[in-house]
Amino acid sequence: MKYESQGVAKLYFIAAIGLFVGQILFGAIMGLQYVMGDFLFPEIPFNVARMVHTNLLIVWLLFGFMGSAYFLIPEESERELYSPLLAKIMFWIFLVAGALTILGYLLVPYAQLADLTMNDLLPTMGREFLEQPTITKIGIVIVALAFLFNIGMTILTGRKTVITLVLLTGLVGLAVFFLFSFYNPDNIVLDKYFWWFVVHLWVEGVWELIMASLLAYVLIKVTGVDREVIEKWLYIIIAMALISGLIGTGHHFYWIGTPDYWQWLGSVFSALEPIPFFMMTLFAFNVVNKRRRDHPNKAAVLWALGTAVMAFLGAGVWGFLHTLAPVNYYTHGTQVTAAHGHMAFYGAYVMVVLTMISYAMPIMRGQKAANETAQKLEIHSFWLMTISMVFITLFLTVAGFVQTYLQRYSDEPQSFMVVQEQLATWYWLREAAGVVFLLGLFLYIYSFFAKGKEVEFVEE
Amino acid sequence: MRETFTKGMARNIYYGGGVFFFLVLIGLTVDTVKSLPKTDNSENMTEQVAAGKRLWEVNNCIGCHTLLGEGAYFAPELGNVYTRFGESTEAIKGFIKSRPVEGIPGRRSMPQFNLSDEELEELAQFLKYVDGVKTARDWPPNVQG
Repeated sequence: MKYESQGVAKLYFIAAIGLFVGQILFGAIMGLQYVMGDFLFPEIPFNVARMVHTNLLIVWLLFGFMGSAYFLIPEESERELYSPLLAKIMFWIFLVAGALTILGYLLVPYAQLADLTMNDLLPTMGREFLEQPTITKIGIVIVALAFLFNIGMTILTGRKTVITLVLLTGLVGLAVFFLFSFYNPDNIVLDKYFWWFVVHLWVEGVWELIMASLLAYVLIKVTGVDREVIEKWLYIIIAMALISGLIGTGHHFYWIGTPDYWQWLGSVFSALEPIPFFMMTLFAFNVVNKRRRDHPNKAAVLWALGTAVMAFLGAGVWGFLHTLAPVNYYTHGTQVTAAHGHMAFYGAYVMVVLTMISYAMPIMRGQKAANETAQKLEIHSFWLMTISMVFITLFLTVAGFVQTYLQRYSDEPQSFMVVQEQLATWYWLREAAGVVFLLGLFLYIYSFFAKGKEVEFVEE
Repeated sequence: MRETFTKGMARNIYYGGGVFFFLVLIGLTVDTVKSLPKTDNSENMTEQVAAGKRLWEVNNCIGCHTLLGEGAYFAPELGNVYTRFGESTEAIKGFIKSRPVEGIPGRRSMPQFNLSDEELEELAQFLKYVDGVKTARDWPPNVQG
């Protein structure tokens, strides 16, 4: 570790991994509820499990992004973090607020949580992914502002690199677009339209900036390839992300009462959205092939390559699968969407955070790379989680297309619940793949504690 | 990448493209918002509907159902439930009201939310209002949602 203050990232990464476990446990519960409808009912109804599953994902990814920023920014800026203390305070505030919110979901009925947190004063709850009580949302804004101030001051008073500036842009965008979560008009079409300004402009917009800059940073570190080359790739990737993704928002405006021109605009531009992800894959393999050193952290290199490939498959290919309006007409809001959502989030955002953790964690623990046994276990966990996610996605895709046919396309459309019962086999298979994912995650965590032979490397 | 394509050019494409398409998105958003009254059924927006939307939110209905295709995929689409239930708010209210507290053994069940008659009416009116939104190609494709 070049700068002592980079060490605050460790707290953030540990919290991220802890919440990740919670997310997957609740995922497994939901998967079971799909086939055993009364499982844990009425104690933990499906909607509560889902809220916990998705909100934990968002929160732990945010922990991961913040930890990554705290780790890489001092090093890139060539100075200590502006205020390590502020970073630590914000960590505890965010963790406590997040934990209280999740406990709130689990311990009291949602309507009562809305009452307790005075949702009536500024109603923002009860919309997908934005279920947090208004007070939690305000807390998120405060934490985000303090975080941006902290890293902003570090970046602006230090060495400015393309990576830090792109990362900062992405993180500022994340905070700015989150503000749309406070806008909740009675008009359902307006509500839906601007809800996407948070959801789409996050995951298909500014988060791609964050992801690409984190990936670029790790690739510089593990390959030793010239910064100029990597920065050029970074610019062109994020240029394509914005060029395709901004108007690509239109693929969410097909069926919500918005004008018909979105069918064309959304289809054309979102069909371009795989391009930046494809370029990321080219980029990652290209620079790894041209590497000037063999970094002892083989696991981190694998995660970086895996991120690029899986993001392309999940976000790019599986997104394209149902993004064209004539296809989406039939598949919208079926298990096809769920299939895409799972692999896209895992491939792009889960994996990029795990890439950063894989690279940074050994350094924060005073090594250049984890020992051989630990790396071997980590690599096994990479394959277990990644392959099981591929299967989760494949099973849900089959379920989605069968559902689409039976419920939407056939001459005698069947009702939702009748169709669901016919999908049970696929849901069981998905659940099995989910359990393997959970085992992979436990192995991943175990790898941090495994003892073994220290890796040998030549000091540069 | 070839040397003729410089980092400066890549940077300009990023800033130029990003700003340009962001402005296009804002322009399209203004146009969309202006043209919404033609499709968004706002002529039927009442206090009852607004109250119904609040109830829809604070009971986290979106956590199981989709509404115009968005939400969770565990329970039926409700954007057209008014049509599916024979254009009857009474049928919608009856369904919500009659959910068993302990659920139905072995099956997915909707929780019993203990809504008052007034609240049931508001929620039903909200679902009727959403059904009145004019979606492109009259989505969903058929009455099953």
